[in-house]
Amino acid sequence: MESHVLKAHDDEPANAAAGTLVYRQTRWTRLTHWIWTLSLFFLLLSGLQIFNAHPALYIGKQSGFEFDNDVLVIGSDYNSNGPIGYTEFLGKRFNTTGILGLSGTADNLDARAFPAWATIPSGQDLATGRVVHFFFAWALSGTLLAWFVASLLNGHLRRDLVPRVDDIRRLPRDIADHARLKFHHSRNYNTLQKLAYGGVLFVLLPLMVVTGLAMSPSMNAALPFLADLLGGRQTARTIHFVAMALLVAFFIVHMLMILAAGPINELRSIVTGWYRTDSPNGDNGSHNGSA
Amino acid sequence: MPKFQLNRRRFLTAASLGISGMALSGCDAFDFLQDSDNGVRNVLEGANGLTYRAQRLLAGRASLAQEFSEADIRQSQRPNGVTAPDDDTYKGLLSNQFADWRLDVAGLVEKPLSLSREQLMAMPSRTQITRHDCVEGWSCIAKWTGVQMGLVLDAAVVKPNARYAVFHCLDTIERSLSGEVKYYGSIDLLDARHPQTILAYGMNGKALPVENGAPLRVRVERQLGYKMPKYVHRIELVDGLGAMGLGKGGYWEDRGYDWYGGI
Repeated sequence: MESHVLKAHDDEPANAAAGTLVYRQTRWTRLTHWIWTLSLFFLLLSGLQIFNAHPALYIGKQSGFEFDNDVLVIGSDYNSNGPIGYTEFLGKRFNTTGILGLSGTADNLDARAFPAWATIPSGQDLATGRVVHFFFAWALSGTLLAWFVASLLNGHLRRDLVPRVDDIRRLPRDIADHARLKFHHSRNYNTLQKLAYGGVLFVLLPLMVVTGLAMSPSMNAALPFLADLLGGRQTARTIHFVAMALLVAFFIVHMLMILAAGPINELRSIVTGWYRTDSPNGDNGSHNGSA
Repeated sequence: MPKFQLNRRRFLTAASLGISGMALSGCDAFDFLQDSDNGVRNVLEGANGLTYRAQRLLAGRASLAQEFSEADIRQSQRPNGVTAPDDDTYKGLLSNQFADWRLDVAGLVEKPLSLSREQLMAMPSRTQITRHDCVEGWSCIAKWTGVQMGLVLDAAVVKPNARYAVFHCLDTIERSLSGEVKYYGSIDLLDARHPQTILAYGMNGKALPVENGAPLRVRVERQLGYKMPKYVHRIELVDGLGAMGLGKGGYWEDRGYDWYGGI
Protein backbone atom coordinates (compact mmCIF):
# COMPACT_ATOMS: atom_id res chain seq x y z
CA MET A 1 0.00 0.00 0.00
CA GLU A 2 1.29 3.48 -0.78
CA SER A 3 1.67 5.70 2.21
CA HIS A 4 1.73 9.16 0.76
CA VAL A 5 2.03 11.96 3.23
CA LEU A 6 0.40 15.21 2.48
CA LYS A 7 0.94 18.34 4.53
CA ALA A 8 -2.31 19.37 6.06
CA HIS A 9 -2.33 22.79 4.43
CA ASP A 10 -2.34 21.24 0.97
CA ASP A 11 -5.86 20.15 1.57
CA GLU A 12 -7.35 22.35 4.24
CA PRO A 13 -5.36 25.52 4.78
CA ALA A 14 -7.48 26.65 7.73
CA ASN A 15 -6.49 23.65 9.77
CA ALA A 16 -2.77 23.40 9.20
CA ALA A 17 -1.81 22.66 12.79
CA ALA A 18 -4.19 19.74 13.31
CA GLY A 19 -1.96 16.98 11.96
CA THR A 20 -0.75 15.18 8.90
CA LEU A 21 -2.91 13.71 6.19
CA VAL A 22 -1.87 10.21 5.30
CA TYR A 23 -3.15 8.01 2.52
CA ARG A 24 -4.72 5.33 4.70
CA GLN A 25 -7.19 3.39 2.55
CA THR A 26 -6.34 2.25 -0.96
CA ARG A 27 -8.99 2.50 -3.66
CA TRP A 28 -9.50 -1.28 -3.41
CA THR A 29 -10.17 -1.09 0.31
CA ARG A 30 -12.63 1.74 -0.25
CA LEU A 31 -14.32 0.06 -3.20
CA THR A 32 -14.76 -3.30 -1.44
CA HIS A 33 -15.87 -1.54 1.74
CA TRP A 34 -18.74 0.15 -0.08
CA ILE A 35 -19.67 -2.92 -2.13
CA TRP A 36 -19.91 -4.90 1.12
CA THR A 37 -21.86 -2.11 2.81
CA LEU A 38 -24.41 -2.06 0.00
CA SER A 39 -24.56 -5.86 -0.20
CA LEU A 40 -24.99 -6.32 3.56
CA PHE A 41 -27.75 -3.71 3.64
CA PHE A 42 -29.76 -5.65 1.04
CA LEU A 43 -28.79 -9.05 2.44
CA LEU A 44 -30.00 -8.09 5.92
CA LEU A 45 -33.37 -6.71 4.86
CA SER A 46 -34.09 -9.44 2.29
CA GLY A 47 -32.87 -12.01 4.83
CA LEU A 48 -35.40 -10.81 7.39
CA GLN A 49 -38.04 -11.11 4.63
CA ILE A 50 -36.99 -14.74 4.09
CA PHE A 51 -36.97 -15.40 7.86
CA ASN A 52 -40.53 -14.07 8.07
CA ALA A 53 -41.70 -16.95 5.83
CA HIS A 54 -41.03 -19.31 8.75
CA PRO A 55 -40.10 -17.27 11.82
CA ALA A 56 -38.66 -20.02 13.98
CA LEU A 57 -35.14 -21.34 14.56
CA TYR A 58 -34.19 -24.88 15.54
CA ILE A 59 -31.20 -26.98 16.59
CA GLY A 60 -30.60 -30.15 14.58
CA LYS A 61 -31.26 -31.65 11.17
CA GLN A 62 -34.96 -30.86 11.00
CA SER A 63 -37.65 -28.56 12.41
CA GLY A 64 -39.53 -30.04 15.34
CA PHE A 65 -43.26 -29.84 14.69
CA GLU A 66 -44.09 -32.84 16.85
CA PHE A 67 -41.11 -32.53 19.17
CA ASP A 68 -39.36 -29.60 20.74
CA ASN A 69 -36.05 -28.33 19.34
CA ASP A 70 -36.76 -24.67 18.70
CA VAL A 71 -34.64 -21.92 20.20
CA LEU A 72 -36.45 -18.87 18.85
CA VAL A 73 -40.04 -18.43 17.75
CA ILE A 74 -41.67 -15.15 16.76
CA GLY A 75 -45.45 -15.15 16.48
CA SER A 76 -48.74 -13.50 17.32
CA ASP A 77 -51.43 -14.47 19.75
CA TYR A 78 -54.40 -13.06 21.65
CA ASN A 79 -54.57 -12.09 25.28
CA SER A 80 -57.30 -10.30 27.27
CA ASN A 81 -56.34 -6.95 25.72
CA GLY A 82 -56.49 -8.20 22.14
CA PRO A 83 -53.80 -9.29 19.71
CA ILE A 84 -50.16 -9.35 20.82
CA GLY A 85 -46.84 -10.07 19.19
CA TYR A 86 -44.47 -12.36 21.07
CA THR A 87 -40.93 -13.62 20.88
CA GLU A 88 -40.08 -16.94 22.48
CA PHE A 89 -36.41 -17.39 23.25
CA LEU A 90 -35.33 -20.74 24.73
CA GLY A 91 -38.88 -21.36 25.89
CA LYS A 92 -39.30 -17.97 27.61
CA ARG A 93 -41.99 -15.79 26.10
CA PHE A 94 -41.63 -12.01 25.81
CA ASN A 95 -44.27 -9.56 24.66
CA THR A 96 -42.81 -7.76 21.66
CA THR A 97 -45.98 -6.17 20.28
CA GLY A 98 -45.21 -3.29 17.94
CA ILE A 99 -41.91 -4.68 16.73
CA LEU A 100 -41.75 -8.48 16.59
CA GLY A 101 -44.76 -10.67 15.86
CA LEU A 102 -47.29 -7.90 15.48
CA SER A 103 -46.55 -4.49 14.02
CA GLY A 104 -47.91 -1.67 11.89
CA THR A 105 -50.21 1.20 12.71
CA ALA A 106 -52.96 0.91 15.33
CA ASP A 107 -55.72 0.60 12.71
CA ASN A 108 -53.66 -1.64 10.46
CA LEU A 109 -51.87 -4.25 12.59
CA ASP A 110 -49.99 -6.92 10.71
CA ALA A 111 -49.13 -10.35 12.13
CA ARG A 112 -45.56 -10.79 10.91
CA ALA A 113 -42.23 -11.55 12.59
CA PHE A 114 -40.07 -8.59 11.56
CA PRO A 115 -41.94 -5.35 10.79
CA ALA A 116 -42.48 -3.91 7.30
CA TRP A 117 -39.77 -1.26 7.74
CA ALA A 118 -37.17 -3.98 8.34
CA THR A 119 -37.80 -6.10 5.25
CA ILE A 120 -37.34 -5.87 1.48
CA PRO A 121 -39.91 -5.77 0.03
CA SER A 122 -41.98 -4.21 2.83
CA GLY A 123 -44.91 -6.63 2.38
CA GLN A 124 -44.73 -10.41 2.67
CA ASP A 125 -43.03 -11.55 -0.57
CA LEU A 126 -40.62 -14.46 -0.16
CA ALA A 127 -39.99 -14.81 -3.91
CA THR A 128 -38.72 -11.23 -4.29
CA GLY A 129 -36.77 -11.47 -1.04
CA ARG A 130 -34.94 -14.50 -2.44
CA VAL A 131 -34.15 -12.76 -5.74
CA VAL A 132 -32.60 -9.83 -3.84
CA HIS A 133 -30.82 -12.07 -1.32
CA PHE A 134 -29.09 -14.34 -3.83
CA PHE A 135 -27.99 -11.47 -6.09
CA PHE A 136 -26.24 -9.73 -3.21
CA ALA A 137 -24.97 -13.04 -1.82
CA TRP A 138 -23.02 -13.38 -5.09
CA ALA A 139 -21.87 -9.75 -4.91
CA LEU A 140 -20.63 -10.21 -1.34
CA SER A 141 -19.02 -13.64 -1.64
CA GLY A 142 -17.47 -12.87 -5.04
CA THR A 143 -15.81 -9.65 -3.91
CA LEU A 144 -14.88 -11.18 -0.55
CA LEU A 145 -13.07 -14.06 -2.26
CA ALA A 146 -11.29 -11.74 -4.72
CA TRP A 147 -10.34 -9.40 -1.88
CA PHE A 148 -9.06 -12.25 0.27
CA VAL A 149 -6.81 -13.66 -2.45
CA ALA A 150 -5.52 -10.20 -3.47
CA SER A 151 -4.90 -9.13 0.15
CA LEU A 152 -3.05 -12.35 0.86
CA LEU A 153 -0.80 -11.80 -2.17
CA ASN A 154 -0.17 -8.06 -1.75
CA GLY A 155 0.46 -8.27 1.99
CA HIS A 156 -2.54 -6.20 3.10
CA LEU A 157 -3.67 -8.98 5.45
CA ARG A 158 -0.29 -9.44 7.09
CA ARG A 159 0.55 -5.74 7.24
CA ASP A 160 -2.75 -4.19 8.28
CA LEU A 161 -5.18 -6.76 9.64
CA VAL A 162 -3.50 -9.69 11.37
CA PRO A 163 -2.73 -8.75 14.99
CA ARG A 164 0.98 -8.90 15.89
CA VAL A 165 2.67 -9.66 19.19
CA ASP A 166 2.84 -5.89 19.80
CA ASP A 167 -0.89 -5.59 19.25
CA ILE A 168 -1.65 -8.34 21.74
CA ARG A 169 0.62 -6.71 24.33
CA ARG A 170 -1.15 -3.40 23.78
CA LEU A 171 -4.60 -4.94 24.09
CA PRO A 172 -5.34 -4.05 27.75
CA ARG A 173 -4.37 -0.43 27.24
CA ASP A 174 -6.28 -0.32 23.98
CA ILE A 175 -9.41 -1.53 25.76
CA ALA A 176 -8.91 1.08 28.49
CA ASP A 177 -8.44 3.81 25.87
CA HIS A 178 -11.59 2.81 24.01
CA ALA A 179 -13.56 2.69 27.27
CA ARG A 180 -12.50 6.28 27.99
CA LEU A 181 -13.29 7.20 24.36
CA LYS A 182 -9.66 8.26 24.00
CA PHE A 183 -8.74 7.65 20.38
CA HIS A 184 -5.37 7.76 18.70
CA HIS A 185 -5.47 8.65 15.06
CA SER A 186 -2.73 6.89 13.16
CA ARG A 187 -2.40 5.23 9.81
CA ASN A 188 -2.47 1.76 11.30
CA TYR A 189 -5.40 0.08 12.96
CA ASN A 190 -5.30 -0.37 16.73
CA THR A 191 -5.68 -3.80 18.32
CA LEU A 192 -9.44 -3.69 18.83
CA GLN A 193 -9.92 -2.49 15.26
CA LYS A 194 -7.84 -5.38 13.95
CA LEU A 195 -9.83 -7.84 16.04
CA ALA A 196 -13.19 -6.37 15.03
CA TYR A 197 -12.43 -6.07 11.31
CA GLY A 198 -10.66 -9.42 11.29
CA GLY A 199 -13.58 -11.01 13.13
CA VAL A 200 -16.00 -9.74 10.49
CA LEU A 201 -13.84 -10.51 7.45
CA PHE A 202 -12.35 -13.85 8.50
CA VAL A 203 -15.04 -15.27 10.78
CA LEU A 204 -18.52 -13.79 10.39
CA LEU A 205 -18.70 -13.27 6.63
CA PRO A 206 -17.18 -16.68 5.72
CA LEU A 207 -19.51 -18.25 8.30
CA MET A 208 -22.43 -16.55 6.55
CA VAL A 209 -21.40 -18.03 3.20
CA VAL A 210 -20.81 -21.50 4.64
CA THR A 211 -24.06 -21.65 6.65
CA GLY A 212 -25.89 -20.25 3.61
CA LEU A 213 -24.55 -23.05 1.43
CA ALA A 214 -25.34 -25.63 4.12
CA MET A 215 -29.03 -24.71 3.79
CA SER A 216 -29.10 -25.53 0.08
CA PRO A 217 -30.37 -29.03 -0.78
CA SER A 218 -28.26 -29.17 -3.95
CA MET A 219 -25.12 -28.09 -2.08
CA ASN A 220 -26.08 -30.65 0.54
CA ALA A 221 -25.72 -33.32 -2.15
CA ALA A 222 -22.42 -31.83 -3.38
CA LEU A 223 -20.90 -31.23 0.08
CA PRO A 224 -22.80 -33.47 2.52
CA PHE A 225 -20.23 -32.94 5.30
CA LEU A 226 -21.01 -29.23 5.46
CA ALA A 227 -24.41 -29.46 7.13
CA ASP A 228 -23.18 -32.32 9.35
CA LEU A 229 -20.19 -30.26 10.46
CA LEU A 230 -22.48 -27.39 11.42
CA GLY A 231 -24.84 -29.65 13.38
CA GLY A 232 -27.51 -30.17 10.71
CA ARG A 233 -29.37 -27.93 8.27
CA GLN A 234 -31.57 -26.30 10.89
CA THR A 235 -28.60 -25.57 13.16
CA ALA A 236 -26.85 -24.04 10.14
CA ARG A 237 -29.90 -21.81 9.63
CA THR A 238 -29.78 -20.79 13.30
CA ILE A 239 -26.05 -19.97 13.05
CA HIS A 240 -26.80 -17.94 9.89
CA PHE A 241 -29.27 -15.89 11.97
CA VAL A 242 -26.90 -15.49 14.94
CA ALA A 243 -24.08 -14.34 12.64
CA MET A 244 -26.54 -11.80 11.18
CA ALA A 245 -27.23 -10.48 14.69
CA LEU A 246 -23.49 -10.22 15.37
CA LEU A 247 -22.97 -8.32 12.11
CA VAL A 248 -25.72 -5.90 13.11
CA ALA A 249 -24.02 -5.49 16.51
CA PHE A 250 -20.71 -4.82 14.72
CA PHE A 251 -22.44 -2.21 12.54
CA ILE A 252 -23.83 -0.38 15.59
CA VAL A 253 -20.45 -0.33 17.37
CA HIS A 254 -18.73 0.66 14.10
CA MET A 255 -21.08 3.67 13.77
CA LEU A 256 -20.63 4.69 17.43
CA MET A 257 -16.84 4.46 17.16
CA ILE A 258 -16.88 6.61 14.02
CA LEU A 259 -19.00 9.22 15.78
CA ALA A 260 -16.71 9.16 18.82
CA ALA A 261 -13.44 9.20 16.87
CA GLY A 262 -14.44 12.08 14.57
CA PRO A 263 -16.93 11.29 11.83
CA ILE A 264 -15.59 13.72 9.21
CA ASN A 265 -12.07 12.37 9.37
CA GLU A 266 -13.20 8.72 9.48
CA LEU A 267 -15.66 9.17 6.63
CA ARG A 268 -13.10 11.03 4.55
CA SER A 269 -10.62 8.18 4.84
CA ILE A 270 -13.12 5.55 3.67
CA VAL A 271 -14.38 7.81 0.86
CA THR A 272 -11.19 9.50 -0.40
CA GLY A 273 -8.51 7.44 1.34
CA TRP A 274 -6.98 10.40 3.20
CA TYR A 275 -6.88 10.37 6.98
CA ARG A 276 -5.69 13.01 9.40
CA THR A 277 -3.33 11.58 12.01
CA ASP A 278 -2.74 12.96 15.49
CA SER A 279 0.87 13.98 15.62
CA PRO A 280 1.94 16.98 13.54
CA ASN A 281 5.52 15.70 13.69
CA GLY A 282 7.06 12.28 13.70
CA ASP A 283 4.30 10.04 12.42
CA ASN A 284 5.07 9.27 8.82
CA GLY A 285 2.30 6.78 8.63
CA SER A 286 4.53 3.76 8.33
CA HIS A 287 4.29 2.54 11.90
CA ASN A 288 1.63 2.45 14.54
CA GLY A 289 1.34 5.92 15.94
CA SER A 290 -0.88 5.10 18.84
CA ALA A 291 2.17 4.62 21.06
CA MET B 1 -4.46 18.02 -8.55
CA PRO B 2 -5.68 19.03 -5.06
CA LYS B 3 -8.66 20.68 -6.69
CA PHE B 4 -9.60 17.46 -8.44
CA GLN B 5 -9.23 15.59 -5.14
CA LEU B 6 -11.65 17.96 -3.51
CA ASN B 7 -14.25 17.64 -6.24
CA ARG B 8 -14.09 13.90 -6.27
CA ARG B 9 -14.32 13.88 -2.51
CA ARG B 10 -17.42 16.06 -2.58
CA PHE B 11 -18.95 13.83 -5.16
CA LEU B 12 -18.25 10.66 -3.18
CA THR B 13 -19.47 12.21 0.05
CA ALA B 14 -22.70 13.25 -1.62
CA ALA B 15 -23.08 9.75 -3.06
CA SER B 16 -22.62 8.09 0.30
CA LEU B 17 -25.05 10.50 1.92
CA GLY B 18 -27.51 9.60 -0.82
CA ILE B 19 -27.16 5.89 -0.04
CA SER B 20 -27.70 6.42 3.68
CA GLY B 21 -30.69 8.62 2.92
CA MET B 22 -32.13 5.80 0.88
CA ALA B 23 -31.57 3.45 3.80
CA LEU B 24 -33.36 5.73 6.24
CA SER B 25 -36.37 6.32 4.04
CA GLY B 26 -37.77 2.90 4.82
CA CYS B 27 -37.89 -0.23 2.82
CA ASP B 28 -41.00 0.32 0.78
CA ALA B 29 -38.45 2.26 -1.28
CA PHE B 30 -37.64 -1.08 -2.89
CA ASP B 31 -41.16 -2.39 -3.42
CA PHE B 32 -40.80 -1.67 -7.15
CA LEU B 33 -38.73 -4.87 -7.23
CA GLN B 34 -41.94 -6.87 -6.81
CA ASP B 35 -42.99 -6.01 -10.36
CA SER B 36 -41.89 -8.99 -12.46
CA ASP B 37 -41.29 -6.74 -15.49
CA ASN B 38 -39.10 -4.28 -13.60
CA GLY B 39 -35.71 -3.85 -15.23
CA VAL B 40 -33.76 -3.81 -11.96
CA ARG B 41 -35.52 -6.99 -10.84
CA ASN B 42 -34.60 -8.63 -14.10
CA VAL B 43 -30.95 -7.73 -13.52
CA LEU B 44 -31.10 -9.19 -10.00
CA GLU B 45 -32.83 -12.31 -11.37
CA GLY B 46 -29.86 -12.71 -13.69
CA ALA B 47 -27.98 -14.07 -10.67
CA ASN B 48 -30.34 -17.09 -10.70
CA GLY B 49 -28.64 -18.27 -13.89
CA LEU B 50 -25.27 -18.07 -12.17
CA THR B 51 -26.67 -19.89 -9.14
CA TYR B 52 -28.08 -22.62 -11.39
CA ARG B 53 -24.78 -23.16 -13.21
CA ALA B 54 -22.79 -23.18 -9.97
CA GLN B 55 -25.11 -25.83 -8.50
CA ARG B 56 -24.94 -27.99 -11.64
CA LEU B 57 -21.15 -27.66 -11.64
CA LEU B 58 -20.68 -28.50 -7.97
CA ALA B 59 -23.45 -31.06 -7.47
CA GLY B 60 -22.91 -32.69 -10.87
CA ARG B 61 -25.21 -35.17 -12.51
CA ALA B 62 -25.13 -38.00 -10.03
CA SER B 63 -24.33 -36.71 -6.53
CA LEU B 64 -26.86 -38.02 -4.07
CA ALA B 65 -28.90 -36.14 -1.51
CA GLN B 66 -28.10 -37.18 2.05
CA GLU B 67 -30.05 -40.16 3.32
CA PHE B 68 -30.83 -40.61 6.98
CA SER B 69 -31.58 -43.43 9.41
CA GLU B 70 -34.91 -44.70 10.78
CA ALA B 71 -34.03 -42.95 14.06
CA ASP B 72 -34.15 -39.60 12.27
CA ILE B 73 -37.85 -40.07 11.46
CA ARG B 74 -39.22 -38.29 14.52
CA GLN B 75 -42.54 -36.94 13.27
CA SER B 76 -45.04 -37.18 10.45
CA GLN B 77 -44.23 -35.29 7.27
CA ARG B 78 -45.43 -31.72 7.59
CA PRO B 79 -47.83 -31.03 4.72
CA ASN B 80 -47.83 -27.69 2.92
CA GLY B 81 -49.75 -26.03 0.09
CA VAL B 82 -52.98 -27.86 -0.75
CA THR B 83 -53.58 -30.60 1.82
CA ALA B 84 -57.13 -31.70 0.94
CA PRO B 85 -58.01 -31.13 -2.74
CA ASP B 86 -61.57 -29.87 -3.11
CA ASP B 87 -61.84 -30.88 -6.74
CA ASP B 88 -64.71 -33.20 -7.71
CA THR B 89 -62.46 -35.30 -9.92
CA TYR B 90 -60.04 -35.84 -7.08
CA LYS B 91 -62.74 -36.54 -4.50
CA GLY B 92 -64.28 -39.07 -6.89
CA LEU B 93 -60.96 -40.86 -7.29
CA LEU B 94 -60.35 -40.80 -3.56
CA SER B 95 -63.78 -42.29 -2.80
CA ASN B 96 -62.80 -45.64 -4.31
CA GLN B 97 -59.17 -45.64 -3.13
CA PHE B 98 -57.81 -44.39 -6.47
CA ALA B 99 -58.82 -47.59 -8.28
CA ASP B 100 -59.77 -45.46 -11.31
CA TRP B 101 -56.75 -43.18 -11.05
CA ARG B 102 -54.17 -43.45 -13.82
CA LEU B 103 -50.79 -41.88 -14.37
CA ASP B 104 -50.56 -40.76 -17.98
CA VAL B 105 -47.15 -40.36 -19.53
CA ALA B 106 -47.50 -38.39 -22.73
CA GLY B 107 -45.96 -35.75 -24.96
CA LEU B 108 -42.62 -36.45 -26.61
CA VAL B 109 -42.61 -40.22 -26.01
CA GLU B 110 -42.72 -43.17 -28.41
CA LYS B 111 -45.14 -45.19 -26.24
CA PRO B 112 -47.64 -43.12 -24.26
CA LEU B 113 -48.52 -44.86 -21.00
CA SER B 114 -51.51 -45.01 -18.72
CA LEU B 115 -50.48 -46.71 -15.49
CA SER B 116 -52.60 -47.75 -12.55
CA ARG B 117 -51.35 -47.62 -8.99
CA GLU B 118 -50.96 -51.39 -8.99
CA GLN B 119 -48.87 -51.28 -12.16
CA LEU B 120 -46.57 -48.66 -10.64
CA MET B 121 -46.25 -50.65 -7.43
CA ALA B 122 -45.39 -53.77 -9.45
CA MET B 123 -42.32 -52.03 -10.85
CA PRO B 124 -39.01 -52.17 -8.93
CA SER B 125 -39.25 -49.81 -5.96
CA ARG B 126 -36.82 -47.59 -4.14
CA THR B 127 -37.09 -46.49 -0.52
CA GLN B 128 -35.14 -43.51 0.82
CA ILE B 129 -35.11 -41.56 4.07
CA THR B 130 -34.50 -37.96 3.10
CA ARG B 131 -34.88 -34.45 4.43
CA HIS B 132 -37.59 -32.33 2.86
CA ASP B 133 -36.49 -28.68 2.74
CA CYS B 134 -39.25 -26.14 2.26
CA VAL B 135 -38.51 -22.82 0.55
CA GLU B 136 -39.96 -21.20 3.69
CA GLY B 137 -37.00 -22.49 5.69
CA TRP B 138 -38.18 -25.56 7.61
CA SER B 139 -37.04 -29.17 7.20
CA CYS B 140 -38.67 -32.52 7.89
CA ILE B 141 -37.22 -36.04 7.56
CA ALA B 142 -39.41 -38.86 6.20
CA LYS B 143 -39.16 -42.20 4.40
CA TRP B 144 -40.37 -42.28 0.81
CA THR B 145 -41.15 -45.31 -1.33
CA GLY B 146 -41.82 -45.25 -5.04
CA VAL B 147 -40.63 -46.12 -8.50
CA GLN B 148 -37.63 -44.38 -9.99
CA MET B 149 -38.89 -41.93 -12.55
CA GLY B 150 -36.16 -43.03 -14.96
CA LEU B 151 -37.77 -46.49 -15.18
CA VAL B 152 -41.12 -44.99 -16.12
CA LEU B 153 -39.46 -42.76 -18.72
CA ASP B 154 -37.64 -45.77 -20.16
CA ALA B 155 -40.91 -47.67 -20.44
CA ALA B 156 -42.42 -44.74 -22.35
CA VAL B 157 -39.29 -44.35 -24.50
CA VAL B 158 -38.54 -40.64 -24.44
CA LYS B 159 -37.97 -39.01 -27.83
CA PRO B 160 -34.53 -37.42 -28.31
CA ASN B 161 -35.91 -33.87 -28.59
CA ALA B 162 -37.57 -33.98 -25.14
CA ARG B 163 -35.86 -31.77 -22.53
CA TYR B 164 -38.26 -31.42 -19.63
CA ALA B 165 -40.81 -33.45 -17.73
CA VAL B 166 -43.91 -31.47 -16.81
CA PHE B 167 -46.13 -32.59 -13.92
CA HIS B 168 -49.85 -31.96 -14.13
CA CYS B 169 -51.72 -32.23 -10.85
CA LEU B 170 -55.27 -32.80 -9.69
CA ASP B 171 -55.37 -30.10 -6.99
CA THR B 172 -56.60 -26.56 -7.55
CA ILE B 173 -54.15 -24.24 -5.82
CA GLU B 174 -55.71 -20.94 -6.85
CA ARG B 175 -59.24 -19.79 -7.50
CA SER B 176 -59.51 -16.31 -8.92
CA LEU B 177 -61.69 -14.30 -11.29
CA SER B 178 -59.61 -15.55 -14.18
CA GLY B 179 -60.48 -19.12 -13.29
CA GLU B 180 -59.03 -22.10 -11.48
CA VAL B 181 -55.35 -22.91 -11.53
CA LYS B 182 -54.26 -26.49 -10.94
CA TYR B 183 -50.75 -27.07 -9.61
CA TYR B 184 -48.08 -27.68 -12.23
CA GLY B 185 -44.32 -27.91 -12.26
CA SER B 186 -41.35 -29.15 -14.22
CA ILE B 187 -37.85 -30.58 -13.95
CA ASP B 188 -35.27 -31.29 -16.64
CA LEU B 189 -34.43 -34.82 -17.75
CA LEU B 190 -31.18 -34.73 -15.79
CA ASP B 191 -33.10 -34.51 -12.53
CA ALA B 192 -35.90 -36.73 -13.85
CA ARG B 193 -33.37 -39.52 -14.38
CA HIS B 194 -31.52 -38.92 -11.09
CA PRO B 195 -31.50 -42.18 -9.06
CA GLN B 196 -33.28 -40.53 -6.11
CA THR B 197 -36.02 -38.95 -8.22
CA ILE B 198 -38.96 -41.21 -7.50
CA LEU B 199 -42.69 -41.20 -8.09
CA ALA B 200 -43.66 -41.90 -4.50
CA TYR B 201 -46.79 -43.81 -3.47
CA GLY B 202 -45.62 -44.65 0.05
CA MET B 203 -44.48 -42.63 3.05
CA ASN B 204 -43.06 -43.76 6.38
CA GLY B 205 -43.99 -47.37 5.60
CA LYS B 206 -47.64 -46.66 4.75
CA ALA B 207 -49.62 -45.56 1.72
CA LEU B 208 -49.00 -41.91 0.88
CA PRO B 209 -51.54 -39.84 2.88
CA VAL B 210 -53.89 -37.41 1.12
CA GLU B 211 -52.28 -34.37 2.77
CA ASN B 212 -48.87 -35.41 1.38
CA GLY B 213 -50.10 -35.93 -2.18
CA ALA B 214 -51.93 -39.28 -2.54
CA PRO B 215 -51.95 -41.25 -4.69
CA LEU B 216 -48.64 -40.07 -6.21
CA ARG B 217 -46.15 -37.30 -5.67
CA VAL B 218 -42.67 -36.59 -6.98
CA ARG B 219 -39.52 -36.59 -4.87
CA VAL B 220 -36.68 -34.48 -6.32
CA GLU B 221 -34.30 -34.72 -3.41
CA ARG B 222 -31.72 -32.13 -4.47
CA GLN B 223 -34.29 -29.37 -4.71
CA LEU B 224 -36.80 -27.57 -2.48
CA GLY B 225 -40.32 -28.75 -1.74
CA TYR B 226 -42.10 -26.62 -4.35
CA LYS B 227 -40.30 -28.63 -7.04
CA MET B 228 -42.01 -31.86 -5.88
CA PRO B 229 -45.65 -31.70 -7.02
CA LYS B 230 -48.32 -33.71 -5.20
CA TYR B 231 -51.50 -35.33 -6.63
CA VAL B 232 -49.74 -35.97 -9.96
CA HIS B 233 -51.87 -37.58 -12.69
CA ARG B 234 -50.00 -36.76 -15.88
CA ILE B 235 -46.37 -36.45 -16.89
CA GLU B 236 -45.79 -34.68 -20.16
CA LEU B 237 -42.45 -34.69 -21.94
CA VAL B 238 -41.79 -31.38 -23.70
CA ASP B 239 -38.96 -29.57 -25.48
CA GLY B 240 -39.67 -26.19 -23.89
CA LEU B 241 -41.58 -24.64 -20.97
CA GLY B 242 -42.93 -21.53 -22.69
CA ALA B 243 -46.35 -22.97 -23.46
CA MET B 244 -47.22 -23.88 -19.89
CA GLY B 245 -48.85 -21.42 -17.45
CA LEU B 246 -47.13 -18.06 -17.64
CA GLY B 247 -44.06 -19.60 -19.25
CA LYS B 248 -41.64 -19.92 -16.33
CA GLY B 249 -42.06 -23.67 -15.84
CA GLY B 250 -44.29 -24.01 -12.79
CA TYR B 251 -46.97 -22.54 -10.56
CA TRP B 252 -44.50 -20.96 -8.12
CA GLU B 253 -42.00 -20.12 -10.85
CA ASP B 254 -44.74 -18.09 -12.54
CA ARG B 255 -45.07 -16.23 -9.24
CA GLY B 256 -41.43 -15.20 -8.96
CA TYR B 257 -39.61 -18.25 -7.59
CA ASP B 258 -36.56 -19.58 -9.42
CA TRP B 259 -37.09 -22.56 -11.71
CA TYR B 260 -34.14 -24.44 -10.24
CA GLY B 261 -35.03 -24.75 -6.56
CA GLY B 262 -31.68 -26.03 -5.32
CA ILE B 263 -31.07 -23.28 -2.75
